[in-house]
Amino acid sequence: MAADSIAVPLPRTESRSLLLDWLCTVDHKKIGMMYIVYALIFLVIMGCEAILMRIQLARPESTFLSADAFNRLFTMHGTTGIFFVAMPILIGFGNYFVPLMIGARDMAFPRLNAFSFWMTAFGGILLYASFFTGGSLLHGGDAPAVGWFAYAPLTSPAFSPGHGTDFWNLSLLLAGIGSIGAAVNFIATVLCMRCPGMTLGKMPLFAWMNLVTGGLILVAISPLTAAQLMLMADRFLGGHFFDPAAGGQPVMWMHFFWIFGHPEVYVLIIPSFAFISEVLPVFSRKAIFGYPAMVAATAGIGFVSLGVWAHHLFTVGMPSYGNAFFVLTTMVVAVPTGIKIFNWLATMWGGKIRFATPMLFCIGFLFQFLIGGLTGVMLATAPFDWQLNNSYFVVAHFHYIIVGGILFAIFAAFYYWFPKMTGRMLSEKLGKWHFWIFVLGFHLTFDFMHVPGLLGMPRRVYTYQAGRGWGVWNMISSIGVIFQAAAILIFVYNIVHSYFRGALAGNDPWDAWTLEWATTSPPAEYNFSSVPAVRSRRPLWDIKHPEDPDWKYE
Amino acid sequence: MRKFRLRVWLWRAGRACVAALCSASAVFAAATPAPFSPTNIFAPDSTPARSIFRISAFVLEITGAIFVVVFSLLAYAVIKYREPKDDDGHEPAQVYGSNQMELAWTVLPVLIVVVLFLSTAQVIHRVQDARAPADALQVTAVGHQFWWEYRYPQYNFSTANELHVPISDPGHAVPTYLGLLSADVDHSFWVPRLAGKTDLIPNHPNTTWIDPHQTGIFLGQCAQFCGTAHANMLLRVYVQSPDDFQSWVHEQEQPAVNDPSTAAGRALFVAKACFACHTIRGTMAAGKVGPDLTHLMSRDTIAAGILPNTPENLRKWIQDPPAMKEGALMPKVDMTDEQLTQITAYLETLK
Repeated sequence: MAADSIAVPLPRTESRSLLLDWLCTVDHKKIGMMYIVYALIFLVIMGCEAILMRIQLARPESTFLSADAFNRLFTMHGTTGIFFVAMPILIGFGNYFVPLMIGARDMAFPRLNAFSFWMTAFGGILLYASFFTGGSLLHGGDAPAVGWFAYAPLTSPAFSPGHGTDFWNLSLLLAGIGSIGAAVNFIATVLCMRCPGMTLGKMPLFAWMNLVTGGLILVAISPLTAAQLMLMADRFLGGHFFDPAAGGQPVMWMHFFWIFGHPEVYVLIIPSFAFISEVLPVFSRKAIFGYPAMVAATAGIGFVSLGVWAHHLFTVGMPSYGNAFFVLTTMVVAVPTGIKIFNWLATMWGGKIRFATPMLFCIGFLFQFLIGGLTGVMLATAPFDWQLNNSYFVVAHFHYIIVGGILFAIFAAFYYWFPKMTGRMLSEKLGKWHFWIFVLGFHLTFDFMHVPGLLGMPRRVYTYQAGRGWGVWNMISSIGVIFQAAAILIFVYNIVHSYFRGALAGNDPWDAWTLEWATTSPPAEYNFSSVPAVRSRRPLWDIKHPEDPDWKYE
Repeated sequence: MRKFRLRVWLWRAGRACVAALCSASAVFAAATPAPFSPTNIFAPDSTPARSIFRISAFVLEITGAIFVVVFSLLAYAVIKYREPKDDDGHEPAQVYGSNQMELAWTVLPVLIVVVLFLSTAQVIHRVQDARAPADALQVTAVGHQFWWEYRYPQYNFSTANELHVPISDPGHAVPTYLGLLSADVDHSFWVPRLAGKTDLIPNHPNTTWIDPHQTGIFLGQCAQFCGTAHANMLLRVYVQSPDDFQSWVHEQEQPAVNDPSTAAGRALFVAKACFACHTIRGTMAAGKVGPDLTHLMSRDTIAAGILPNTPENLRKWIQDPPAMKEGALMPKVDMTDEQLTQITAYLETLK
């Protein structure tokens, strides 16, 4: 074992340059890394956009940004965050670790994998090209200013002249094709590429959850793509799908968008659940509690999430029984979600918890996801939502899920798997600074952001009147951003520094149990020198504890 | 000894929390002058807003209780099950699951969901399916980029940005039913102390209703992103006693004042094509694109609530609207200082 723990350099083909090697690669690990690095760059960009907006909103009647610049910034911030940060980073980790965890040598369709990544990559680049077209860069060029859900008819040529909306539309269309490719690949890989002995019931939860995510992407992206083609027809071919003057229906866009948009939330949160479900047991030193219930709850969330979209539309005037129906379906999601939280708690219960950085982020995730879930129940109560919808309470709620939940899970994944991906450990000391400063900044910003929403502040306003009682809360939220930015700087420094100078990781630094830790760090291009065979959900536990293997109990 | 002190401290902290909660809810319940903000959703003053407030308080209690329970479990696990410093290196007992427990934490949430759903559905029905009594006031609100048009079909006039409605006291209920339309893009009508928000969507007529229980000015603003000046599309609702409301209606029904001393300004209103967008009843101006100006001076504010209606503001606004409100669709019209003075003087006679 000792000899294995020295990092084996990636084999490199002599004839190719390093750059060409990455550009042409079809290796799932390199593609995964490219997804992750690409998403990290956009994370920093969207963070800068958030900083500008928080400066503008720190005080009432501020003149730091023009209205158009602000409207462009929140559109770009939201669109970037969902499509070019969260999705690629989650797909990236999935790409890297699904094959390793199921003992495969690559994804099922390596070329499709590369194609999917490059489609997503071009999508993001196209979106940001919009800043450099149209008028002055200072006011956001011709960047879209329609909000990330781009409600019709604000997107029609009459109300959105110029090409901002077209940049938004085309870039997401491209990214959507990439996501569908990735989804097909995940499903095929998980269903067809598992190593001998790994039945569906013996797969790590990580693979299960990526399978469900793949299914959701496949079903959810298509309506968005369809709606975007209609929008394109409206804008370029004289179509009337959403044109009220010709009998088109703006409400139809809302339904199309949210039947994508709500499952999309689960497309992001389920891979985050996957990270937590791998990291939390290892640092609690216990097997995941209630594996079959976790699988069932994941599948349950996947199915129910397809029937909840109109809870975004409680204020658009659906009939009362329509509203009631979507209240019920939305509240039902709380049941499988609760099952997951209880199973994670039960996993920690009776364990020996090690507070390494990945575990700290897991605990942060649990705490914040609990609160974000409960504010979600408030928003699911349609009458409460008539007040809260489109207010800052909603903004605080979904940042609780996306930052406090998804981003915390992503950080946990970084600290946990970085050693496997690079062969070097991230600094624990910097990691703890990162965690605590980020927690402080997160809670300053987003806890206090709920309040102006309760006091009647709508979202997407570039300015607000003094005398509404919103100023102080906004100021606190803005101050929190300073801490969040500092924490992200520490994180980026930690990654760069540890990549070159970090302590050597060895094959299995966390004493973990899934197959990726059985190979070298970083793994060779072919992953495993011989294809492993497994008998339980924790093959490395079986090897480490031959006297008490898992397969006796499963 | 230490344990004892901890218990005392916990007890005191708990008592302080309960006291804080009680005083906070007392503040919310008193709620006469809206605490913290004129747009506080927890200071309702109309039946729909009160129904929403009650179900919201119920949901807050339930979710609060769930939070306390789950958070306590999490905190307990984190503190109790940390790896000891002098750990023997043995792995803890591996527990794979328990069907009884899974069943318990499935059934219990299901019961909570059933309770929450039934109480929510009841409120949805009560607020949304309420029928307008015959003597209800009907108003049609039309959302425009970036202002509000209010039509009073029972009285045959229309006004802008400042909605006037009568008080609806329990003895004599006169609710106001609002038809909600849009002239261009999506908007949303939100006056938090009177009702939840309802969107104004082209080709999708909506309704909402309010029955304010006291007189005064209630504020709000557009809550659906509608373009550049979305942030400056403010809402003002004036709730008046029945007599005050009737005299306001009577005043609004009159055609515009025709003051011969401002004939020059009146001619300019035509010459500069202002009439193409604005209506002034009793003159040839019958434009439907911008606000009706027949009784402009009866309004406290201009530019959808962002500026007090003073002669200086009016003059500055006419001089360059987009400079006063970024994104305003009213164009800057070339005028000399003298012309500006004349047209402002004319508008100031429109009482």
